Amino acid sequence: MKTLHATPLFTALSLVAVVLLVSGNTASLHATNSSDLQSAIAAIKNVGLEGKGNEQAGPAWKTLSQADAADLPILLQAMNGASPMASNWLRSVIDTIVARNLKSGSKLSINDIGQFLLNNSNDAKARSLAYDLIASVDPSTAAKLIPGMINDPSPTLRRDAVARLITQASELKSAKKNAAASLIYRQALNNARDADQIKSIAEQLKKLGNQVDLPHHFGFLTHWKVIAPFDNTKREGFAAVFPPEKEIKLDATYPSKDGKDIGWQDLAVSDEYGMLDLNQPFTPLKEVTGYAYTEMNFPSNRPAELRIGCKNAWKIWFNGELIFARDEYHRGMEIDQYQLPIQLKKGKNTLLLKLCQNEQTQSWTVEWQAQVRICDSTGTAILATDRLPTPQAKKATRRKLKK
Amino acid sequence: MKTLFSLITLSAVALFCTSTAHADWLQFRGPNGNGYIEGVQPPTQLKNSIAWSVELPGRGLASPIIVGDNVIVTCASGPKQKQLHIYSFDQQSGEIRWHRQFSATGRTMTQSKTCVAAPSPASDGKHIYALFSSNDLYCFNLDGDLIWMRSLTLDYPNASNSLGLASSPIIAGDRLIVQIENDSDSFAAGLNLVTGINEWKISRPKAANWTSPVALKSGDQIVVALQSSKGVLGVLPSTGSEVWNFAKGASTIPSSAAAGDQLYIPSNGLTAIQTAKLTGEAPKKLWNEGQQRPGTASPLIVADKIFVINGAGVLTCANRHTGKRLWRLRLKGPFSGSPVSNGTHLFIFNEQGLGQCVEIGAKEGKIISEIDLKETILGTAALSGKAIYVRSDGHLWKLAQP
Repeated sequence: MKTLHATPLFTALSLVAVVLLVSGNTASLHATNSSDLQSAIAAIKNVGLEGKGNEQAGPAWKTLSQADAADLPILLQAMNGASPMASNWLRSVIDTIVARNLKSGSKLSINDIGQFLLNNSNDAKARSLAYDLIASVDPSTAAKLIPGMINDPSPTLRRDAVARLITQASELKSAKKNAAASLIYRQALNNARDADQIKSIAEQLKKLGNQVDLPHHFGFLTHWKVIAPFDNTKREGFAAVFPPEKEIKLDATYPSKDGKDIGWQDLAVSDEYGMLDLNQPFTPLKEVTGYAYTEMNFPSNRPAELRIGCKNAWKIWFNGELIFARDEYHRGMEIDQYQLPIQLKKGKNTLLLKLCQNEQTQSWTVEWQAQVRICDSTGTAILATDRLPTPQAKKATRRKLKK
Repeated sequence: MKTLFSLITLSAVALFCTSTAHADWLQFRGPNGNGYIEGVQPPTQLKNSIAWSVELPGRGLASPIIVGDNVIVTCASGPKQKQLHIYSFDQQSGEIRWHRQFSATGRTMTQSKTCVAAPSPASDGKHIYALFSSNDLYCFNLDGDLIWMRSLTLDYPNASNSLGLASSPIIAGDRLIVQIENDSDSFAAGLNLVTGINEWKISRPKAANWTSPVALKSGDQIVVALQSSKGVLGVLPSTGSEVWNFAKGASTIPSSAAAGDQLYIPSNGLTAIQTAKLTGEAPKKLWNEGQQRPGTASPLIVADKIFVINGAGVLTCANRHTGKRLWRLRLKGPFSGSPVSNGTHLFIFNEQGLGQCVEIGAKEGKIISEIDLKETILGTAALSGKAIYVRSDGHLWKLAQP
């Protein structure tokens, strides 16, 4: 367990609002004893897929919703380690208790909730909820906490702190204090994890004459070996097993869709949002399958997330294990569209991506591409020890569609 | 982060007393799933009809539903719409009765025009079932007690559409019917109303589809019509077993409308089929009108008439037994929501927030009043008692007779 942050803000929180009295009447319920509380929490934390545990969780929710506001820290603690479903059950309980207390004019202590919030080892969603609770009864104190959250594990809390820096930098820029603005924007960028904020900050930094290495910031994978085209006529290539799925031999050649010999070739991605574009080396093709492969070294074993944005059908293997497969074409893509848990291992790790292009010929179906990065659960890039410098950007060229 | 406990901003011109006996609007396009409700008296002069409005914390195009005194509305907030909200407002005062929030467990990416709170909630009068494009599904009682929840994306990780899902669940018999159709992993399921578990689950065509299931009476049994680009499949709500299959193709945006045992399908324009007394054979086609082609709005049925709004915003009224056109009227579009009616008047809101009331009882249709709510409205209104309920991304309004 990490220790609490003994920041001035925490002191302020403690002093300013240990107890907020919403109004005089205290009508809170004490219908739930400790044993009932723990049994109900256990029932909720036991929910699983396809409705498993719903029959027990419903009555447990009812029991917990009768708990006193003093039990809120216990319920917040219960969110630690809870599944996404159980976490939602519990947050709904907490919302209900708070709403009832506020409506009846009962006391709501923000001291314990604040301590829970300031302990970074607690669940990110639970801490975000704790912040919301404090903000609902004491927005002034909540606002004072925001600057201290600039490096917070909770993306939601961090976002507000980054937004505050963006505002400050914008004001400096408006006042023609460009050097100061650049510095604050840079601090915001270093801590930003949401793509929309990063894009906004990078744009401002560039306008102020700064260079920004976004692939490095995001942790996009930029150096690949690629091979194509294999067949995807009638979209059958998605299920077909082509040689790269059986072996990785980077000096081998295989018959292509057209019967020609094809081999692996280098592709360095210079796009600032890490777009691995197979149309570049292979020209825009239709009804084809391609593969991209890369290796990377990490200093230790650790959990991570493989995040991909893609509008083609794709499969992805990490260290030889199929992580996910999706056969949707041209319905849109965005950074971090799919977030897949993986386990990094110390030393060499391998990643194989299969990208299928379909038969559609509309202008919005030309793309044959993906954005892939590795990061932690907050979106912070995890960079390989042998990561190469980001390639220099080249001017984009347009090519005609071939079938 | 906004405080979520002080959102309500009552702009009550007056708090209108409505009859305590008012029909409920329990699902997308009303109690019959065809836009029509009887026994209600919504205002026909829309100007100055705002009884109250409340602020919503996030986007949504789901219809409000009315269950007793509850006006149920869903929305989604946050930079990626990951915060899901279900509100119950008091239908008389607009005050919050309860508010539940959850974190989306499924993907929240959608095309920019639509949003995560696209499917409308449904109710059996005792419980409320709220589904989101993220495939998060919740059941509450009327007091807001959480009864069960499902994450259909955690259950079935490829059951999503990167453009967003929009099919609204319905209740048929003792099942909650959900239709989750996309390019990757499509299915329809009948869920136990009490526990949320699957009573049945069937594979559906692998193709993006935003239509909603419709219940109708085929002979002496209730059948659920599942529409897709392939056509319409009639299944028993209790088992998911096929009863009939209309395999002539259908739209993937506007949904069908039912009247008795007849179904009116956005297929090659508009196609009417008879579904009763089937013994495994295909439904009987009654008529087809290629010119009556619904745009985004789903057809409306009122007694012997069917109303269709095409992509150009032209409203066509036709005899639903023959398909013969009776009259046409150009409305002020474009429309994403569907028309609703109390029998004498038709109500629809365009994408710019302009509400239009059309008198439909005469030989020709006529717009008799309008109200400009000045916000983007992409959803379908609800009618109940003496009121119209409609929502935008930012507000929920009650329009009522003074």
